[in-house]
Amino acid sequence: MLELQGVTAGYGEFTALWDVTLTVNAGEAVAVVGPNGAGKTTLMRVISGLVPIRTGDLRLDGRSFAGRRAHEIVAHGIAHVPEGRRIFPRLTVEENLKMGGFLPASRRHYAETVGRVYDLFPVLAERRRQRAGTLSGGEQQMLAIGRALMSKPKLILLDEPSLGLAPVMVLRLFELIRRVRQEGYTILIVEQNVRQVLSLVDRAYLLEVGRIKVEGRSADLAEQDFVRKAYVGI
Amino acid sequence: MEPILIAEAAINGILLGGVLALLALGLNLIFGVVDIIWIAYVELVMLGMYAVYWLLIIAPILSSPPVNQLLATGGLLFFLQSFATFLWATDHRSLRLALPILEVFGMFLSFARLLAFAVSLLAMLGLYLFLTRTYMGTAIRAVSQDREAMALMGADARKVYLVTSGIGGAMAGLAGALLIIQYSVHPHFGAAFGPLTFMICVLGGLGNMFGAVVASLLMSEVISVGGIITSTEMAYVVAFVIFIVAIFVRPEGILGKRE
Repeated sequence: MLELQGVTAGYGEFTALWDVTLTVNAGEAVAVVGPNGAGKTTLMRVISGLVPIRTGDLRLDGRSFAGRRAHEIVAHGIAHVPEGRRIFPRLTVEENLKMGGFLPASRRHYAETVGRVYDLFPVLAERRRQRAGTLSGGEQQMLAIGRALMSKPKLILLDEPSLGLAPVMVLRLFELIRRVRQEGYTILIVEQNVRQVLSLVDRAYLLEVGRIKVEGRSADLAEQDFVRKAYVGI
Repeated sequence: MEPILIAEAAINGILLGGVLALLALGLNLIFGVVDIIWIAYVELVMLGMYAVYWLLIIAPILSSPPVNQLLATGGLLFFLQSFATFLWATDHRSLRLALPILEVFGMFLSFARLLAFAVSLLAMLGLYLFLTRTYMGTAIRAVSQDREAMALMGADARKVYLVTSGIGGAMAGLAGALLIIQYSVHPHFGAAFGPLTFMICVLGGLGNMFGAVVASLLMSEVISVGGIITSTEMAYVVAFVIFIVAIFVRPEGILGKRE
C-alpha cells in the first residue's frame, strides 16, 4: 500500500532522513521506533506531504506521490494524526469531526462515519457540543484519531499518540488503537512506549539519526535487545 | 445641550457602528486566517464606494465591484490611491440620492443610515451562518487555529485563503457601498476609515469576531456622541485615547482571552 524508496528529506540545510526505505502492506500494523531526534516525526510528515522529499520516491498503491501536497495525499486515503494531537481547540468536538470529513467524498458519508466514530469513542458523543480545547488529554487524543477516521482512510499515521498522557490513559489508548486495528484499518505508528507498541504491531523499524537500522517482525524484535536500542540508540 | 440631540447622536452612533463592524469583521477574518496585516484593506472600501458611484452614475460599465480581482499585494495602498486620483481626481463626490429623513420621537434619523445599518446586520448574520453552518466556513475558522492540521484534513490552504480574502474583500466593498449613501467619496477616503478599522480590530481582540462588533459600537458611539458634545476632531482624540488606555490595560483586546 505504502512504499518509501531511498527517501532523503529535511528542513533547510538540515537533513533529517537519509535513504529511508520502508513499506506498509494493506491490513498491516507497523511501528517506527527510535530515540528522540531520530527523525520519526519527520518521516510521518514526509508521508503525509507536509515535508517535501528531496530524493527517492513515495508510492501509494503503486503510484508515485513524491512532491504532492498534504491535501492531495489525504484524498488518496492517508490520514495523519499528528504529534501533539493538533485538534482545533475553539471548534466543538462535532465541528472537529466534520473537518475530519472535509473531503467532498467524505461529506456524503458524514452521518454514517460520525456514527462509527461515536460508537468507537462514546465519550466524544457525550461531549459533541463542547469546545475541543476543554477536553482532557486522553479525550483530545481520541478526538484526533476519530477526526482522522472521518476521511475513511486506508492507512492511518499515528505519531506518538501516548505523548503527555497519564499511564492509565496510555493503557486505555492502546486498547482503543487495537480496536481501530480490528476494524480493518492499516496503521503506521510512531511510539515511545516500545514494549507496548511491539505487542500491537506486526512489524517494526528502528530509526536512528535519520537512518533505518533494524527492521523485522515484532515478535522477533521483542526478544532481541531491540527495546534497549530504541531507547538508548546504541 | 438638548438631550434629544444626544439621543439622536447615540442612535446615529449605533447605525455607524453597524457599518464599521462590517468593515472590522472583514478585516478580522483576513487577519485571523491569511495571517497578514493587510494595510491596504480599507482602500477596498474606497474602491467599493467608487464602484457604486460608477455603477449608478458614471456608466454601467462595471458589472460587479472589482474588489475580488485586486486581492494580491500588500503594496496596493499607494497604487490604489494614486490610481483613484488618476481616474477620479481629488474631488469629493457623492451620490446626492434624495433619501428621506425620518422623524421619530422628535429625533431626525437618516433613512440612508437606517438602510445601511439593516444591510450590515443582514450581511453579518449571513457571515455568521456561513462561518458556523458550512464546511468552508468552519474550515476558515479551523485554519485560523491550526492551518497545518487543516491541510491534513484535505483542505487546500490556497483555496481557503482565496475564499477568505474574497469574503473579507466583499465585506469591505459592501461597507463602501453603504458608506457612499451617507458620505462623499475621495481617493484618500481609506485614510479616514483605515486607522479606525485597525483600531477596532485590535481593541476587540485580533481574530475575535464578537469583540470586533462590540469595539465598533463603542468607537462609533464615542465618535458620534462625542462629536455632538464637543467637536468631531475632539471625539476622534477621545477615541484614540480610549484605545491607547485600553491597549495598556488589556493588550489582548477588551474581549480577548489571554492564551
